[in-house]
Amino acid sequence: MAIGAFSHGPSGVTTDATVQRSSRIAWLLLLPGIAYLILFFLVPLASLVMTSFQETIPGGFIGEYQNAFRWENYVEVLGLYGEHTMRSFLYAATATIIALIIGYPLAYFIGVKLRRFPLLQSLALVLVIAPFFISFLLRTLAWKQILADEGFVVATMKTLQLLPDDAHITGTAISVVFGLAYNFIPFMTLPLYTTLERLDLRLVEAGSDLYANPFTTFVKVTVPLTMPGIISGTLLTFIPAAGDYVNASANFLGSTSTAMIGNVIESNFLVLQNFPHAASMSLILMSAILVLVATYVKKSGTEDLL
Amino acid sequence: MVRNLPEDPIVRELVQHARKAAMSRRALIGGAVGTASVLSLAACAPGSTELVPAEDISATDKTVKWANWPLYLDEDDAGNHPTLDAFTAATGIAAEYLVDVDDNNSYYAKVKDQLALGQDIGADTVCLTEWMASRLIRRGYTQKFDLANMPNHANLVDTLKNPDFDPGRAQSLPWQGGFAGIAYNTEKIPNGVNSVDELWTSDLKGRVTVLSEMRDTLGVIMLAQGADITSFTSDDFYAAMDVLEAQVGSGQIRNVKGNSYSEDLVSEDALAAIGWSGDITLLNYEAGYEKWKFVIPESGATFWNDSFIIPIGSAHKTNAETLINYYYDPAVAAEVAAWVNYVTPVKGAYDEAIKIDPELANNKLIFPDDETLSSVHVFRTLTDAEENEFQAAFQAVLLG
Repeated sequence: MAIGAFSHGPSGVTTDATVQRSSRIAWLLLLPGIAYLILFFLVPLASLVMTSFQETIPGGFIGEYQNAFRWENYVEVLGLYGEHTMRSFLYAATATIIALIIGYPLAYFIGVKLRRFPLLQSLALVLVIAPFFISFLLRTLAWKQILADEGFVVATMKTLQLLPDDAHITGTAISVVFGLAYNFIPFMTLPLYTTLERLDLRLVEAGSDLYANPFTTFVKVTVPLTMPGIISGTLLTFIPAAGDYVNASANFLGSTSTAMIGNVIESNFLVLQNFPHAASMSLILMSAILVLVATYVKKSGTEDLL
Repeated sequence: MVRNLPEDPIVRELVQHARKAAMSRRALIGGAVGTASVLSLAACAPGSTELVPAEDISATDKTVKWANWPLYLDEDDAGNHPTLDAFTAATGIAAEYLVDVDDNNSYYAKVKDQLALGQDIGADTVCLTEWMASRLIRRGYTQKFDLANMPNHANLVDTLKNPDFDPGRAQSLPWQGGFAGIAYNTEKIPNGVNSVDELWTSDLKGRVTVLSEMRDTLGVIMLAQGADITSFTSDDFYAAMDVLEAQVGSGQIRNVKGNSYSEDLVSEDALAAIGWSGDITLLNYEAGYEKWKFVIPESGATFWNDSFIIPIGSAHKTNAETLINYYYDPAVAAEVAAWVNYVTPVKGAYDEAIKIDPELANNKLIFPDDETLSSVHVFRTLTDAEENEFQAAFQAVLLG
């Protein structure tokens, strides 16, 4: 269809020859994209799948594997790292919900309340994006210092008896989820902003005209209208958060009890050099996310967004 | 499957490529067909083919590339390395210093495929911790030194002359060494921590961090249990693993990490640690006073060394040997020691260091005396099977 639309020449007369030529041009234009996908997506993916089925060479050195069909790799990693997988999705889901709770009012304020002040609106948007100007590794390390045992946050909370005396924040699930939520809030806010910015306020007004209270109007009018933003925001947060290995790493906000899938893959790949396990973990992560996202999109009835 | 390769480098490379390709095709079939072909493959697995060192072009190409760890060579404010510049001025060999090594395992993961093919890894000499250097030697990934180019080779301290993996130091030579022992915050723990058991007391709960370098953490714990880490058994290892696992599980040990444990000491998340000697010297220097103290526990500490090796694919072997020889000059070694704060393996460096800075020369962690040296031990070399098994057990604790 796209090619048909492409074929209308200036004369308006469509002959077989011109259709053929322009279809060739269309394919030619697609070529770099297709080549890119084959080279940088399909080939590495195939290599990953092959690696995930490899087995050790009897008597071979560390990190040396040969091609085989060793499906037990998958069973082994699920047994070894099932807990880490569940933990990853739990952390990512919690962080996504927190980011939504913080990001939605923020986006609403910028997109709706600041609509009459374009200058302030742009300024607020710049502020949302501003953290990206500093490496997120540095920002995460900064949080580690702020939340440190002798830092003012912990000291204040202990004084207020919000934390027991021997408790700490860094290296716990709380600091990891906090870090994930913090790092992904802009990814949640920006798509929400784009839908809220286009929200037709006359519809909200109509809601109150029909005697709905503000809460009912919000639930029945605003939320459904901004659903596309909520869906893309949560996906943009959840998917990278589930595979994140920085926040949960012992060098940043995590510890030995907070390792997520990303940390498992890193350890298997770089330290243990167990490439088959690392590859099968990666594929499990990919397929789990694919299934979760597909179900989510289907349930929320927004297939046409994708 | 050991056949001599042709002399001509181009033909040689082609043959090596062809062998590699043939092997991977067979590996593919092998996997599908079954064990019979797998067994035949094992005979010609990569690594069992004898590698041939690259042809040395040092005479015509006066360059050398040296890959090393961060903060491991004297550096002035402009980012130059004074001792290295002096080397270039004296020999006419242009040296390129690359800070490429951040972790033994990940560096190895990066270069192992080239090494297995006998190709250049982008460095003519690299300093790796001895257990990793020994792995490279075991696999034939290194070139033998020509000692005629290295008269200063004799300046190596006696204690390091005959390691089990390279007796007589024919293909590895220590660059710097250090100890893993206990470090603690002197302000928060005025009574100090002098043994491993004192790390597990209740007032340090959640305030202890240990190293993610398996040999150092478990070495220190094994020593505390009375095991000899130069010849320990699998039982000794697992007895120490049990302690680590229990202390991590109970939350006594808050974290297990690499170089960044020093950040935890600074932020005071950790008040005590199993850490490295040179770091503590540097932290105190930055703090301006002796805020942290490094102690060798009574039961002993581990002693590790990072050693020069010349990878099989280096085409500048003579230049690399000239460079290593230069750093074995006691005066040069003293100049480096004054900057990096680790243990120098060069005899006579102490006498030179006294001339530069007497206080430095009397630091037992930089110039250890016999008493200090008798309380530190080198973790024995592991076989590949042990390495796999022990690392898997250790990583399982790290991942929780």
